[in-house]
Amino acid sequence: MFRQASRLLARTTTATTWRRSRAFSTDLPATPTEDSTFIESWKKVIPNMDPPKTPSSFMTPRPATPSSIPSKITVNFVLPYASELSTKEVDMVIVPATTGQMGVLPGHVPTIAELKPGILSVHEGNDVTKYFLSSGFAFIHANSVADIIAVEAVPLDCIDPALVQKGLAEFTQRLGTATSDLEKAEAQIGVDVHSALNSALTG
Amino acid sequence: MAMAALRREGRRFAPLISPRPITAFRSSPLAPTREDEGPIGVRYISTQVVRNRMKSVKNIQKITKAMKMVAASKLRAIQTKAENSRGLWQPFTALLGDTPSVDVKKNVIVTVSSDKGLCGGINSTSVKISKALHKLNSGPENETKYVILGEKAKAQLVRDSKKYIELIITELQKNPLSYTQVSVLADDILKNVEFDALRIVFNKFHSVVSFLPTVSTVLSPEIVEREAEAGGKLGDLDSYEIEGGETKGEILQNLTEFQFSCVMFNAVLENACSEQGARMSAMDSSSRNAGDMLDRLTLTYNRTRQASITTELIEIISGASALEG
Repeated sequence: MFRQASRLLARTTTATTWRRSRAFSTDLPATPTEDSTFIESWKKVIPNMDPPKTPSSFMTPRPATPSSIPSKITVNFVLPYASELSTKEVDMVIVPATTGQMGVLPGHVPTIAELKPGILSVHEGNDVTKYFLSSGFAFIHANSVADIIAVEAVPLDCIDPALVQKGLAEFTQRLGTATSDLEKAEAQIGVDVHSALNSALTG
Repeated sequence: MAMAALRREGRRFAPLISPRPITAFRSSPLAPTREDEGPIGVRYISTQVVRNRMKSVKNIQKITKAMKMVAASKLRAIQTKAENSRGLWQPFTALLGDTPSVDVKKNVIVTVSSDKGLCGGINSTSVKISKALHKLNSGPENETKYVILGEKAKAQLVRDSKKYIELIITELQKNPLSYTQVSVLADDILKNVEFDALRIVFNKFHSVVSFLPTVSTVLSPEIVEREAEAGGKLGDLDSYEIEGGETKGEILQNLTEFQFSCVMFNAVLENACSEQGARMSAMDSSSRNAGDMLDRLTLTYNRTRQASITTELIEIISGASALEG
């Protein structure tokens, strides 16, 4: 009997600690904002079922546009497998847009920028953190929040220069011998990424 | 009718008249079953039958317990991935807003479901929501089509909505889920399906016991422009400057495709988590039921066993007392 009691106790404590350690930081916010027109039209047509939730009810609402330019810019840098930086206050970010390196300061005009493979540098006081991005998008909002979404990003010290050279040579050769449009496009992408990696390591 | 009544009476007294020859034949070593007939009208089921039933129920309980453990370990593996991918769709919703009530001509409903069963009611919920969305968005000029991911939704939707199904994709989880695989899938869907708005229906993983059906909306670039001009949530999209690319349309096209692949990635991961969680709770309740059934069968077995022992004793004692006096 005591063995069972200890087992039950262990089960409840492990269950609760498991639940506590798995507390979601990206949970439903205290005041969920929902699309009321959707819910109303749903209720009219399908009164018996609860309406499904929409992404806006799972998001923490963004801050409103301040009247004066804030001193810091809030950066959210996300990758498919992790959120590298979330709501980090920094002084400046430099993003590798397709039109060139673009510096973003607080109070930047709202922009949607497509990114090419290159270096993202985050400046916080005297610290500079550099990542090599594979490409993606950057949104800069009017309330000095910058969202950077990339498919893949690595810190610069994780890149092996020998492999970069090898890859560059291989893709240049493939570009030369490519026949179909698809092969040419793939080889071109390879060349672009590797040359960007090369310049990232040297520059 | 009198004959039938007499026959019924005869059957009731039959055990007392000639039980011995029947049971004597049956209690040979090759046939261990004993049909014990005690006082008038009482029949006991054989202990062998009960024992067989108990063995099968115990095996089922073992299997469901094992399935629960497997689901728990799979859930732990995929839950971290899903949590990490939650930041992926938020920038898009912050920029383009969340517009599930948008009115468009060509709706496409992407239903995400599992391939394997025994996972509770999550697939039925997804299908119900998809059908309801179909009903909500149907109108004189509107057409709504389905793109189905997963065997379970396919089985349910093929039955009555076969003509609306555009594309069916199965065996999604054969290899561990990765962004590359999902982006190839998203590319397939975007190439083959014409849409004005894509509505992705999936179960969002809230906790191990709660799954929230969710619908995410992705608009095509033309509709984004239309809504931006009309004002409302996307009204200040025009105030954003476009960097890179030649035209705004091209950027919006890339943006839509990227948004779709990101939202799909999150949706597929969340649905996989929900599937494992639902399977865990389904298997848990199943093993608990099996345990209850086993308890009841054990009681029946003991009762049967004790009753047969008692009748044997009665026979012996009444035989002995008949001999004495």
